[in-house]
Amino acid sequence: MPVDTPEIRTAMPPVPSPPAAPPDAPPGAPARPGAAPVAAAGTHLQAREFSLFYGSRQALKKISLEIPPQGVTAIIGPSGCGKSSLLRGFNRMNDLIPTARSEGELLVAGMDVCLPGTDVVELRRRVGMVFQRPNPFPKSIFENVAFGLRMLGLKDRAELEIRVEDSLRRAALWDEVRDRLDRSAMALSGGQQQRLCIARSLAVEPEVLLMDEPASALDPTATARIEELVLELRGRYTIVVVTHNMQQAARISSRTAFLLQGELVEYGDTRQLFTSPREKITEDYITGRFG
Amino acid sequence: MPPLQPALNTLAHRRSRRVREAFIAGLLRACAFSAVAGLLLIMVFVFKEALPIFTNAATQKEANFAGFFSATAWQPVSDHPRYALAPLLSGTLKVVLVAMLFATPIAVLAALFASEFAPSRLREVIKPAIEILAGVPSVVLGFFALMVLATWLQGVTHAPMRLSALNAGLALGIGVIPTIFTVCEDALRSVPKSYREASLALGASPWQTAWSVTLPAASAGVGAGVLLGLARATGETMIVLMASGNAAIHSASVLDSARTLSACIAAELAEVVVGSPHYSVLFFLGAVLFTITFLINVAAGFFVDRLRRQLAGA
Amino acid sequence: MTTDALRATLRPLPRARPFDLTGLGFTALSGVAALLIVVMVAIIIGDIVWRGWGTVTWEFLWTVPREGMTKGGIFPALYGTALLVVLMTVALIPFGVGAAIYLHEYAKPDSPYTRAVRFAVANLAGVPSIVYGLFGLGFFVNFIGASIDRGLGLDVTWGQPALIWAALTLALLNLPVVIVTTEEALRAVPRDTREASLALGATRWQTIRHVLLPQAMPGVLTGAVLAVSRGAGEVAPILFTGAAYFLPYLPKSPTDQFMELGYHVFVLATQSPDVDATRPLLYGTVLVLLLLTFLLNLTAFLLRARLRAALAGRQ
Repeated sequence: MPVDTPEIRTAMPPVPSPPAAPPDAPPGAPARPGAAPVAAAGTHLQAREFSLFYGSRQALKKISLEIPPQGVTAIIGPSGCGKSSLLRGFNRMNDLIPTARSEGELLVAGMDVCLPGTDVVELRRRVGMVFQRPNPFPKSIFENVAFGLRMLGLKDRAELEIRVEDSLRRAALWDEVRDRLDRSAMALSGGQQQRLCIARSLAVEPEVLLMDEPASALDPTATARIEELVLELRGRYTIVVVTHNMQQAARISSRTAFLLQGELVEYGDTRQLFTSPREKITEDYITGRFG
Repeated sequence: MPPLQPALNTLAHRRSRRVREAFIAGLLRACAFSAVAGLLLIMVFVFKEALPIFTNAATQKEANFAGFFSATAWQPVSDHPRYALAPLLSGTLKVVLVAMLFATPIAVLAALFASEFAPSRLREVIKPAIEILAGVPSVVLGFFALMVLATWLQGVTHAPMRLSALNAGLALGIGVIPTIFTVCEDALRSVPKSYREASLALGASPWQTAWSVTLPAASAGVGAGVLLGLARATGETMIVLMASGNAAIHSASVLDSARTLSACIAAELAEVVVGSPHYSVLFFLGAVLFTITFLINVAAGFFVDRLRRQLAGA
Repeated sequence: MTTDALRATLRPLPRARPFDLTGLGFTALSGVAALLIVVMVAIIIGDIVWRGWGTVTWEFLWTVPREGMTKGGIFPALYGTALLVVLMTVALIPFGVGAAIYLHEYAKPDSPYTRAVRFAVANLAGVPSIVYGLFGLGFFVNFIGASIDRGLGLDVTWGQPALIWAALTLALLNLPVVIVTTEEALRAVPRDTREASLALGATRWQTIRHVLLPQAMPGVLTGAVLAVSRGAGEVAPILFTGAAYFLPYLPKSPTDQFMELGYHVFVLATQSPDVDATRPLLYGTVLVLLLLTFLLNLTAFLLRARLRAALAGRQ
């Protein structure tokens, strides 16, 4: 019996080619009944020779890529390869780390957000972020979603209620919480909390949604719901998802970037990257040889 | 539903938001400055009112720096005022020494017991007792020393005076025990369990482990605790004011009444004329007290740093 | 020599002593030390409770002292203490909480300014209380107060021991406590929450005001309660900045003097002409003071325990 067949060499079964992704909803049509129709939004994101340093350690090395306005882009790679750092660059959340320093450019809608004069507060409204562990505020469900709106100065209760309902609908959470909007958000399950966080981000009408391993802290059922939600949202927002789960990347994204030790190894159409990657390392990674 | 952006994020709104944020940041920075300002003001004003002893000729006729060491007694209120520092220094020394010799062994041993040997039920009695003791105001401890302790002590020692350095020292020691205990116990508890386990696994007994492994590892913390207790003891006023007899006697016996720096200030400041030489002298005593406790606290800070490094690097 | 030969010259290892007598002795000694502390606390509290209990009645708390402090109650002292503590808190909390927010949110860890602030906080805590009293007298009464009088052309109104100066002196005394406990409480708020707020486009101050401070409230309260407890118990700082032994009126303006619990105990115990006659009142006053500080410290302790439980539960 020949030992050295390709099937035995691979550590994992090859990734099945992703099912034909459902066509993007025509712009303008609501994906969920009851949600208000919104013009197709989304913004072009771009990295140009972007490098990030934490003190003397270089976490990202001259990354250059372009993320199209529509669809979901996935960033994959082993732990510590810099995917979260790249994501957090786009909304300047790396600023919160004192030793972080960057070179190169990150463009949102054509403007470099790394420049010192950038209005970071406004940027973060336009570029929303969902974190790995759901982090709702210890407030009521309503107040969580309304938070961003209140910070913008919205006070009219009627308007807030409309916007909160709309956001919760878009996050596929409205039906589950409509009767208990005043109860604490901490009482929700993990999956519900994460959808709440998504609703919270959607309420301030961003153009981009950055998702840093949004389902890694959730059980498989909740994960599936989040993935479903991402697919629904992709027509309206530029979505970038960082994930260590390759099957997930294959399921939900149309383009995938593979990062390794701070370098962009390969970036391209998801189906093509997973079935016939250009680089050998990429193939090694997705077949589980390392990582 | 109208989009949010145009209405709420005009350029003007953004600019005013930036101004507001900068203003608030400045306000908070000023609040933080209040701590620095407070410390500076204390130093400036206490030292300033003591300055005439060194700069003002009229003051110096009655009270000058050399006189602190050459005078024969502490008699500020008399026809010929005399300001000898010696009785005050020896009084302070006696009281503080009694307090530290009493409090340190008890507090350190009790901390060892609480952190290393005591079953949790006993620990739940000891720790609240310490917290309660820590919460007793010093005027209450002074009261107790004056009314109860002094009588008992006189019965035991048959001393001529009820209120003495010993009385004040014991009461002061009681007051200082919680400070030493808390810092020591914290230090002992932050010694990693792995040290103890390694020692016990080699066949050492619990006491040997505590004495030869845990205690040395926490030694910087114990040092800090003792120093902090010392600083508190030196600066403490009410206990000594009520329990020591307040007589400026320069002697070696702890059974004599004593007058400490702190109690002296408290006792005499009430009837002093603002700006008089006596006034300046009392502020000078305050400056001396401030300097001593400041230096002890800085030393304690070094010990705390060393403890942190010892435990982190180990 | 070979190792074998060397080893042959060694004496056999002694067997471990089956019973560590000295160790046990010292362990017992440390237990005695702990017991001693508990006994001392019990005696002190017990004596005060036993002798003061009979005196403390509702009447005692609400009436005025009479006949040279041998009869009546301590209401003015309670009132004065309450007023003092309220004024102190009003002055203290904004600065203390503000400083803590600055240190936690805005300060760069190694900048000279930050280090200066931290140094000041640490050392303010170590200044003896009588030096605070001197400072209160020298700075607030004789400098600020006298300047106000001069500036407004008044007779001696502000330039004398007064409620406001005592309150401000105590506020400075307790500044480190509030700063430290508030900072501790802010640090206990999970980083996630802060990041979530900033990522939504909230400004720094909005994040502090609407997210961090509300969650840090128990800690802020703890600091406030601890400060109140110390403010009610410390006597040395108010000896010359406003406390008085007997006043026929209640303080109405910040320039008035006031009676105070701790000060009352001090004077009654050391300067009473007839110790036996005033003893019941004295013990009663001490008991009230002890109960007050005990209740305040207990409240602070429970608040802190709730804060730690909330922190643990959130992880």
